[in-house]
Amino acid sequence: MSVVTNTTTIGAIELPSRRNTELLLLAFAVVIPIFAYANVGLSIHGKLPPGMLTYGLGLGVLAGLAHLVVRRYAKYADPLLLPIATLLNGLGLVIIYRLDQSERLQNLAKRQFGGFTESAPRQMMYTALALALFAVVLLVLKDHRVLQRFTYISMAASLVLLILPVVPGLGADVFGAKIWISVGGFSIQPGEFAKIVIAIFFAGYLMVKRDALALASRRFMGLYLPRGRDLGPILMIWAMSLLVLVFENDLGTSLLFFGMFVIMLYVATERTSWIVIGLLMSIGGAVVVGTTASHVKVRVTAWLDPFACYSKSGACEQVGQSIMSFGSGGVLGTGWGQGNSDLIGFAANSDFIFSTVGEELGLSGVMAFLLLYGLIIERGVRTALAARDPFGKLFAIGLSGAFSLQIFVVAGGVMGLIPLTGMTMPFLASGGSSVLANWVLIAILIRISDTARRPAPAPAPSPDSEMTQVVRPS
Amino acid sequence: MNKPLRRISLFCGLLVLALLIRTNWLQYVQAEELSTRKENRRVQIAQYATERGNIIVQGQPVTGSAVTDGSDFKYKRTYIDGPLWAPVTGYASQAFGSTQLENIDDGILTGNDDRLFFDRTIGMFTGEKKQGGNVVTTLNAAAQKAAYQQLGNKKGAVAAIDPRTGAILALVSTPSYDPSRFAGFSKDDGKAWRELNDSEDKNLVNRALRETYPPGSTFKVVTASAALENGVVTDINAPTDTAEPYILPGTQTPMVNHASNCEKATLNYALQVSCNSVFANMGDKVGRDKMVDMAQKFGFNSTIDTPVRAFASVYDKNMSKDGNAQSSIGQFNTAATPLQMAMVTSAIANDGKLMKPYMVDQLTAPNLDVIEKHEPQEMSRPLSAANAQKVQKMMVNVVENGTGTPAKIKGVTVGGKTGTAQHGEKNAKRPYAWFISYAELPDGSSPVAVAVVVEDSDASREDITGGGLAAPVAKAVMEAVLKNNKG
Repeated sequence: MSVVTNTTTIGAIELPSRRNTELLLLAFAVVIPIFAYANVGLSIHGKLPPGMLTYGLGLGVLAGLAHLVVRRYAKYADPLLLPIATLLNGLGLVIIYRLDQSERLQNLAKRQFGGFTESAPRQMMYTALALALFAVVLLVLKDHRVLQRFTYISMAASLVLLILPVVPGLGADVFGAKIWISVGGFSIQPGEFAKIVIAIFFAGYLMVKRDALALASRRFMGLYLPRGRDLGPILMIWAMSLLVLVFENDLGTSLLFFGMFVIMLYVATERTSWIVIGLLMSIGGAVVVGTTASHVKVRVTAWLDPFACYSKSGACEQVGQSIMSFGSGGVLGTGWGQGNSDLIGFAANSDFIFSTVGEELGLSGVMAFLLLYGLIIERGVRTALAARDPFGKLFAIGLSGAFSLQIFVVAGGVMGLIPLTGMTMPFLASGGSSVLANWVLIAILIRISDTARRPAPAPAPSPDSEMTQVVRPS
Repeated sequence: MNKPLRRISLFCGLLVLALLIRTNWLQYVQAEELSTRKENRRVQIAQYATERGNIIVQGQPVTGSAVTDGSDFKYKRTYIDGPLWAPVTGYASQAFGSTQLENIDDGILTGNDDRLFFDRTIGMFTGEKKQGGNVVTTLNAAAQKAAYQQLGNKKGAVAAIDPRTGAILALVSTPSYDPSRFAGFSKDDGKAWRELNDSEDKNLVNRALRETYPPGSTFKVVTASAALENGVVTDINAPTDTAEPYILPGTQTPMVNHASNCEKATLNYALQVSCNSVFANMGDKVGRDKMVDMAQKFGFNSTIDTPVRAFASVYDKNMSKDGNAQSSIGQFNTAATPLQMAMVTSAIANDGKLMKPYMVDQLTAPNLDVIEKHEPQEMSRPLSAANAQKVQKMMVNVVENGTGTPAKIKGVTVGGKTGTAQHGEKNAKRPYAWFISYAELPDGSSPVAVAVVVEDSDASREDITGGGLAAPVAKAVMEAVLKNNKG
């Protein structure tokens, strides 16, 4: 599309669409997991794994289709998001396949559930579904600002999603955490979706209220304190995240929501006081819950010194095993399929999947993964910076902020940096809800970045321009 | 809104940075500690992932490895004649850890030792499987078997040393255990382990190295050495000034003699019939500190690493005068491991020079290259050659004419000393029977010194003289070594 076709004197200079960069990166993002897959097969069974071709083709076709959708419907989108997500998802599949091959986990599953089913095929299916959903989001959501209309519906929806797991008969208690619902044989983690829906609400709500929150305040001890009535919704969110914590035993989700809210509030109002208030409230909440709720106390004890209570408490053993897994990996790791991260046992391929990265790919692998996640976050923040509308800015920063908190909470938990919470590593961990929700998140970021980078529509040809036409030498 | 956005982006960056620092901490700084923690099962998994090297006695392995069908451990330790060699090898169990040589030389046996790094690297290129190295011991199979068979189902222990080098020739403890029974991870292994742990016979204790007994009259050779070295006695055939009954210094208690004619007996005669009074008197004359000194030169009061650690034998440094007199005949607070008494005998047999006892001759790589070889070391010189020969003469006299006659070997000079140590409240328990001895080659050097202890035998009290119970065991061991030495 040539811009200087009309007769205007100043035309928008077209940014490069960067779609070819994306395609090249995508090729790497598909090839690397295929090599990793071959590596696992060779090291565990001494031969190439079955379905090399199907797996490779599958991933390639999915990535290719996703690329075509982006090329067609979000031409100016950020070129890094799709390849990184594809790479993480592909490597996640390989790690899940690798843990499927573990005799130790197979025996454990047989003992506990009377049978073992492989997780990798299911995860592959979810990946396909997730990429379909990714395409649907890009097709349907032509402009992210449309979502503003659903501000209050989003609030209701997110509340419902959060409450679902505690509804009797629907919720499923999986090892103490009530964050699942089971519908027709499928386990769904509504919290993963709530993360996105609630970001819509926050963005819409704050966009409208930001001036009231920022300006109508009293100064007190150098801080701008908001008016009572403006404080209401914030207190509600705080109470809600505490309730989630108390009733669903889910430290992670509660931290995630509250953190996301504080970040968005700060961005919307530009008032540091919100950060202070937010921190105080979360510390207060954490102290109260940490000292009263037994399951949180257990996690905190396990975090402080996992080896002091190693043989006595399951939580301590999990954290200890995970840390030893990282330590045993060392700098270069044992190599695909040659570690013993499956000693962690339960949840090795979901909550603790990052420990396998630590052991088999070593320090170098973990740093690479963390940098990949860091890049997604960076692209997200950059999208927020580039976005032209406040809703888009808030929405993008909310999603990327939540994403970075989630990475921190999960990776920090399995590495013993902070107490363990029951969340999963985006794209890596086995679990349909997580994959679906995170691909939607990427789709939305791609949409916002596309809108942000898209050249401004050419000004309509003005009738006056005819008269002041520059005489061009020709 | 861009200013707070930039700050948030900084915050997100800090979160990732914190994770990066943490992973460096875990995987670089703490990696070594975490990967070798005792809770870390990878240690055991690596231990049994390849065929373990062997512990070797006279060219024959006494251990082996068997393939298992478990998912964690590929190989399991097996033992040839487990109960016989357990006091030497210790055990290597997947579930219950490892001890003794299996533990100390684990690096060599698994092939993980730094000194095997080169072999491992070569193996990586040639595609050979990682192999463990071997531990070559100094033990003598014939002597070990003789001692084990002779002890039979009696409780006791035998330690035999080559006095010339300090090489340990036999190390037996009965009742023993078969380390194969709990080498694995199964329920049966667990059952066997619990059984052995709960057993009243203390099967898992290595009595030769890690049980101290009052040495009784065998300790008199130490007292005799101290008397000679300190000039209390110069002529072993000159009468001493021992009264009958001999009253313990500073008390009204007379020292009981089981032998007769002990009044003013010569040192030689006193050892021959085992007069308590004479040696209590000698010990008192030498004095506590000099006695402690002599005992420590023989190795008392410190642990000995062979490299398997032997417990410290005890000669009390702070006892009263009468305590010292009683200790001089191997009672009161004196306690010794069988290895310690074998060391005493070996020092005397080696003309006063005590060699450091050791049981590992070589560590070899999988390709049989020698990685480490033990060179005999002198540990101390408790007594001069002249005095040592005097004690030898007395000990030969014990076997020729005294309490040690059951140890006599035709055509060989044998020196020895019996012992009967009382123990328990008011000495009510059955006494321990001791015998220490050495055999001499025609050239005057001694290839073997042995110490035998037999615990609470069923025989009646009077019958338990070291001569009757323990001497035949010592004799069998000496014969086995001598036969081996000829051929």
